[in-house]
Amino acid sequence: MAAKAADEQKKSQILAALEDQDTNVSIDDPLENTMVLNMGPQHPATHGVLRLLIKLDGETVVAAVPELGYLHRGYEKIAENGTYHEFIPHTDRLDYLSPISNNVAYVMAVEKLLGIDLPGRAKYIRVLVCEMARIASHLVAAGSMAMDVGALTVLLWTFREREKLLDIYDVLCGARFTTSYTRIGGLQQDWTPQCTAMLRTFLEEFGADLAEVETLLSTNRIFIDRCEGVGYISPADSIAWGLTGPNLRAAGIPRDLRRDVPYLVYNDLDFNVITLPESDALARFYVRIAEMKESARILRQALDRLPGGPFNAFAPKRVLPRKERTYTRMEELIHDFMLINLGIDPPVGEVYQGIESSKGELGFSIVSDGTGQPWRLKIRSPSTCNLSVLPIMLKGGMISDIVAVIGSIDPVMGEADK
Amino acid sequence: MNDLIMRRLQEECAASIERTEEFRGDLTVTVKKEEIVRVCQFLNRDQELAFDMLIDLFGVDRYRPEARFEVVYNLYSLKNKKYLRLKVRVEEETPVVPTVTGVWPAANWHERETFDMFGLKFAGHPDLRRLYMPEEFEYYPLRKDFPLMGIPDSIPLPRR
Amino acid sequence: MALESLQRDGFLTARLDDVISWARKNSLWPMPMGISCCAIEMMATASPRFDISRFGSEVMRFTPRQCDVMIVAGTVTYKMAKVVRKIYDQMPDPKWVISMGACASSGGMFRSYSVVQGIDQFIPVDVFVAGCPPRPENLLHALLELQKKIQREGSGVRPGQREKIFIPETSPVPAAGVAE
Repeated sequence: MAAKAADEQKKSQILAALEDQDTNVSIDDPLENTMVLNMGPQHPATHGVLRLLIKLDGETVVAAVPELGYLHRGYEKIAENGTYHEFIPHTDRLDYLSPISNNVAYVMAVEKLLGIDLPGRAKYIRVLVCEMARIASHLVAAGSMAMDVGALTVLLWTFREREKLLDIYDVLCGARFTTSYTRIGGLQQDWTPQCTAMLRTFLEEFGADLAEVETLLSTNRIFIDRCEGVGYISPADSIAWGLTGPNLRAAGIPRDLRRDVPYLVYNDLDFNVITLPESDALARFYVRIAEMKESARILRQALDRLPGGPFNAFAPKRVLPRKERTYTRMEELIHDFMLINLGIDPPVGEVYQGIESSKGELGFSIVSDGTGQPWRLKIRSPSTCNLSVLPIMLKGGMISDIVAVIGSIDPVMGEADK
Repeated sequence: MNDLIMRRLQEECAASIERTEEFRGDLTVTVKKEEIVRVCQFLNRDQELAFDMLIDLFGVDRYRPEARFEVVYNLYSLKNKKYLRLKVRVEEETPVVPTVTGVWPAANWHERETFDMFGLKFAGHPDLRRLYMPEEFEYYPLRKDFPLMGIPDSIPLPRR
Repeated sequence: MALESLQRDGFLTARLDDVISWARKNSLWPMPMGISCCAIEMMATASPRFDISRFGSEVMRFTPRQCDVMIVAGTVTYKMAKVVRKIYDQMPDPKWVISMGACASSGGMFRSYSVVQGIDQFIPVDVFVAGCPPRPENLLHALLELQKKIQREGSGVRPGQREKIFIPETSPVPAAGVAE
């Protein structure tokens, strides 16, 4: 009891010692042999700016406290001060490994608020870009996890694959990376035959390239020994702590929003939900590799079924008109002016829309007061909830397991810190 | 499904419910502040409803005189694959809400974030400190009276 | 340094400063202060397609004690500013700073209460690179401009007194889909 109180006091002492006074923390009991280590916001396990305070007994982790907030950019306040359209480029920077899926999640939430229904082509294109983003993100996740435990080659190979996907984004959206491709009511521009050709080439080569990565890692004795049994969390704890995405599926819970609460056209597409029972770091890695293969399957089906037609919904007072019509016709000019300056005209109400992004359930809650600016926009970021179980996963492990666990959770700090 | 939830809630906790709304297929139930833990425990343990995941918990600054803040709980049921939204109205004079970390441990960090951004305290929370802003920060950023660009020198910058 | 004199006289004369600057500029080891999205583009610059190591930046050492140039890639918040300054102070002289991206150069699109509107408020910066995020080709252009600047300036200039270079977003960039 007294030790617990002393622990509490020491924890807040450590946290208060952010101001360059780390070396001045005194441990009262000279026979105490636990050490507090600061795994500071800048460290090579390239998952961004996460600070971990770890209490160690020799090499065993006794307790861990993560500290977020080093990338807190004030997204929610920025959203309250701009129109709905102005927030779309900001959503790119949330989960910056798969930026397009954040765009899709946000405009789907706004479209739910407005009650707009999309044409089929727009839905299929959104599915295509979301699944490409999922593959790109899992490539980086697998590569970084492998690099963290020491297999540096895999990162360079996965980045080579990712460059092919970024080329497709370049041709489709104009930007490699932070694309801002979706608009409320549809997309920025249409899917072209050049993109189809590039995607088909990519899909042909992807199977072989992923097999190369798997040959290096999946049956590698060192990798398996490093990651097996590390970072275990029980399925009941996973549900209670709000874990979502591949982390939850690696605990055996088959929750996938594309299957459970289908959005876009996922209920027409055929794919499996991958689960594994072990719920350790290795299981999460295998789930991500398998999900990449499933995403490739979804991409093939969606490419085959891509319908023709318009790629924007027809709702003139809510959807931005095409630029060539804005410049030549009067009504579209007026609509464009009103939409850009005053914003869309939503009803009063609250909605929540979640999608299955590569990290978990990314959701936007919008509280609208009827004006063109949201009254409150809450981003339900999967990385925050995934990071909250870090103390449970790290307890009892060794120092060298910490990077494996963080790599397997795959947090993205832009999203966790909002 | 929404009717089933409404019926069961009316059977068990009719006294705690203030209002219900349905918008775009989602059900929103406004609950009295003191009863929120009881309602959450019922929703979590009930066999039919089984809301076992807390997806989101956040605050809203309505900036109205009668109840300035609102705390919104977004629940999900793995069995029924359904979302439910609970709301609690909080006055500005007594910004304290009972915590639901006993029902879902996921509420831990979400309540910390709500405290950080709005200043709403959660009674019974095991570790209520700021999540995003530095510890010494004195203001609550997402309140409507806090300016977008912040208060100058509220967080000190290192000298060049 | 004139190679004709090597042929004519059999030996080279050069200013020591030039030789030292030539050596320094061709082995700039970056310290990647990768904070957010620009860090991913920085990792892509180090990846096989754009390959920063062919310009001398062979390794990205994550310890500041062994680095020459700090590439600040990403949004710097007030909370993180202290850490960035600490890492900058730990780097040995001579050191340079590349401010990569709009967020590091000027706060970028995040005009809010927690983002520092430009890291040159607390660190002397040598090259500003525009872009959100800048393409890897842009970052390489910035590195080459920094190398030219190091050759020009020599070693007599202190940090904070140097000229600043701005790389716009429309640097020459090859067409999409063309292999580098």
